[in-house]
Amino acid sequence: MKYIDEFRDGGVARGLAAAIAGAAEPGRRYNLMEFCGGHTHAISRYGLADLLPASVNMIHGPGCPVCVLPIGRIDNAIELAARPGLILCTYADTMRVPASQGLSLIKAKARGADIRMVYSSADALAIARAHPDREVVFFAIGFETTTPPTAVVIREAAALGLANFSVFCNHVLTPAAISNILESKDVREIGTVPIDGFIGPAHVSTVIGSAPYEYFAEEYQRPVVIAGFEPLDVMQAILMLVRQLNEGRAEVENEFTRAVTREGNVKAKTLVAEVFELRRSFEWRGLGEVPYSALAIKEAYAAFDAERRYGITYRPVPDHKACECGAILRGAKKPVDCKVFGTACTPENPLGSCMVSSEGACAAHYTFGRFKDVAVVARPAAVPVVEGARA
Amino acid sequence: MSVRPGYVRPVDFRNGRVDLTHGGGGRAMAQLIDELFVAEFDNDLLRAGNDQAAFAAPPGRMVLATDSHVVSPLFFPGGDIGCLSVHGTINDVAMAGAVPLYLAAGFILEEGYPLADLQRIVRSMAAAAREAGVPVVTGDTKVVERGKGDGVFITTTGVGVVPPGVRIAGDRARPGDRILVSGSVGDHGVAIMSLRENLSFETTILSDTAALHELVAGMVAAVADIHCLRDPTRGGLATTLNELARQSGCGMLIDERRIPVRPQVAAACEFLGLDPLYVANEGKLVAICAADDAPALLAAMRAHPLGHAAAIIGEVIEDPHHFVQMDTSFGGRRVVDWLTGEQLPRIC
Amino acid sequence: MCLALPARVVEIPEAEVAVVDVDGVRKRISLALVDGVACGDYVIVHVGYALARLDPDEAQRTLDEFARAGLAPQAAR
Repeated sequence: MKYIDEFRDGGVARGLAAAIAGAAEPGRRYNLMEFCGGHTHAISRYGLADLLPASVNMIHGPGCPVCVLPIGRIDNAIELAARPGLILCTYADTMRVPASQGLSLIKAKARGADIRMVYSSADALAIARAHPDREVVFFAIGFETTTPPTAVVIREAAALGLANFSVFCNHVLTPAAISNILESKDVREIGTVPIDGFIGPAHVSTVIGSAPYEYFAEEYQRPVVIAGFEPLDVMQAILMLVRQLNEGRAEVENEFTRAVTREGNVKAKTLVAEVFELRRSFEWRGLGEVPYSALAIKEAYAAFDAERRYGITYRPVPDHKACECGAILRGAKKPVDCKVFGTACTPENPLGSCMVSSEGACAAHYTFGRFKDVAVVARPAAVPVVEGARA
Repeated sequence: MSVRPGYVRPVDFRNGRVDLTHGGGGRAMAQLIDELFVAEFDNDLLRAGNDQAAFAAPPGRMVLATDSHVVSPLFFPGGDIGCLSVHGTINDVAMAGAVPLYLAAGFILEEGYPLADLQRIVRSMAAAAREAGVPVVTGDTKVVERGKGDGVFITTTGVGVVPPGVRIAGDRARPGDRILVSGSVGDHGVAIMSLRENLSFETTILSDTAALHELVAGMVAAVADIHCLRDPTRGGLATTLNELARQSGCGMLIDERRIPVRPQVAAACEFLGLDPLYVANEGKLVAICAADDAPALLAAMRAHPLGHAAAIIGEVIEDPHHFVQMDTSFGGRRVVDWLTGEQLPRIC
Repeated sequence: MCLALPARVVEIPEAEVAVVDVDGVRKRISLALVDGVACGDYVIVHVGYALARLDPDEAQRTLDEFARAGLAPQAAR
């Protein structure tokens, strides 16, 4: 796959690994947070930690819109789906998130709610058009990458004068989350959680551009390197962060130049600004209330706002007492520090946000890395030379 | 005009639909069985018209396997629920190293299902059974009310006999053994998903559904002591390896670079955020044998069309935790865990 | 988050609609968010929408950068 495989080359990875090891100053520790769940996934899936020197410590951030979606909002979605005749369209990611009373969207579906998985917001709109007699609600989640596609369908619905389509909007904003982490007690207090630099999200940045991160670099004096989605991108970004830290710089650098510019996608941003406005505050699971961190649908498009249309009331639901997600999302603790990690809380039965989606820190560690927590297994002999054939 | 004596109006396969009389035990059901199942499956045992098929058991250990098929959509690129149900049970029998002899087929039909489609499915089953040399010799038909079924559910049961000296079971893998796969993984699951509502993309990936008993016969002839055989259906290769690791009480180490994945399957998985290791297969098998036997086993697999892309992908190791570990194409190592729930596409 | 992949535009059957191809797998996506896309261009696709055009020159520059970093003098691990 062009522009994918070249960025996964193991041979090049070894070169970059050596470069990172060479650049890391002896006796210095580098604590780097990758904000985006996709980067967490890449690091786990490709075993990147194996290729980094011990002095580079990757901290997994909250950048997974499913993980940070509060239980109360899933409850609202289930409530909507339970309305007779209503079709709830959702991305598959939300289907298994546990909500209140032991329910989830997939369980609600099993009980007869008409819940349909869609790949795209456009599919939800198509369903609304195909069923003019049914109310159709699109459960919109995601960061700035996923917001423009929702804006497009709201505008299209308005242009078509659709009377049966609305959106339950849960779009959240990246810069607000980064601020929240940097402002948290654990991070500000010296000696608790040092986060020396950030790997900035790949695809969010194609939309918002690299400019918004300049504020963080300046205000908090921490370097940000925007990295592409592939493992080589992540390694190169780590190298660039290590170099910045060595040189005492705190700048925004862009590793993902093939898709990200300083201004981002102006057309998409304009469209989003036309349809959405900032909520004063929004609860993020694990982080609590975060000001100006989420979007609501503007008055002009009120007809397509499911919250107004159905009079939805949000009721916050606290997380399990033993859940350490808040600390883990801020990088203050690691999954293994949580008492219920791997026992009561597993991907099959997630108690908190970090385990809910495969991008969450706990899910990623459980699925890909927990074998490292146990005694090292003796290395086996090499596999014989007889080559397998690639079909 | 007089009615021709003995005239019975034939089943209307063109425009007719399944109705409750087809499962009622009366004339309508008998007629459907006669004009569809007996006509298409076409063998003496079935034609005898009994509620059971009687046959002499050949000497040796017998194997019995059953599978229920609820695949949706019923027709997909490369196959349908009919041939799938034949292949699936033949494969279950074959994974014991056994020679499949006969199949039984139970149908649960939903009221309202088009008879034309049912005929297509049964013809596909019959063709698959004929090609495999394993006849469907007995069966059953029931009809459920509209809304209580998914068109057609099929349960197939198969019986076979194990050649002398062959002992293949999930708990026989030992540290040092080699792990082989018969070909590319993920084809069937991707073919199915390409049709599912709202996930459709245009692709020429075909389901790999196939009967593997002849491939297995060749393998058993080449290597007398194959330790394990299993077909990685739901949950994919990863789930099968984890099952075998747990049953055998050991761990595994595989090499991502050696696992065959077709480029289109890889691409479709990228689009949807799926991992090919967890995507279903219906015409592939995993084999585990002693290291010394691996070259011969590989050669035997590659000699058969259904194993032409076979590969040695790793080995069995000592591991009290029974982890399946994988060296990634990137150079790192990770755990390939059990599948959590059903693998769903993702946006993030 | 934000699973997206680069795909080649092989057809533009209507305004704001493209058919993209990744290793033979084709999908219809929306061009509502990106202007000036032509056949042969690569776009980043997320949930059925093109979000940005991929710049092939920058892609090559990035790959060159990886290779250059790998050649630099290194300390033993």
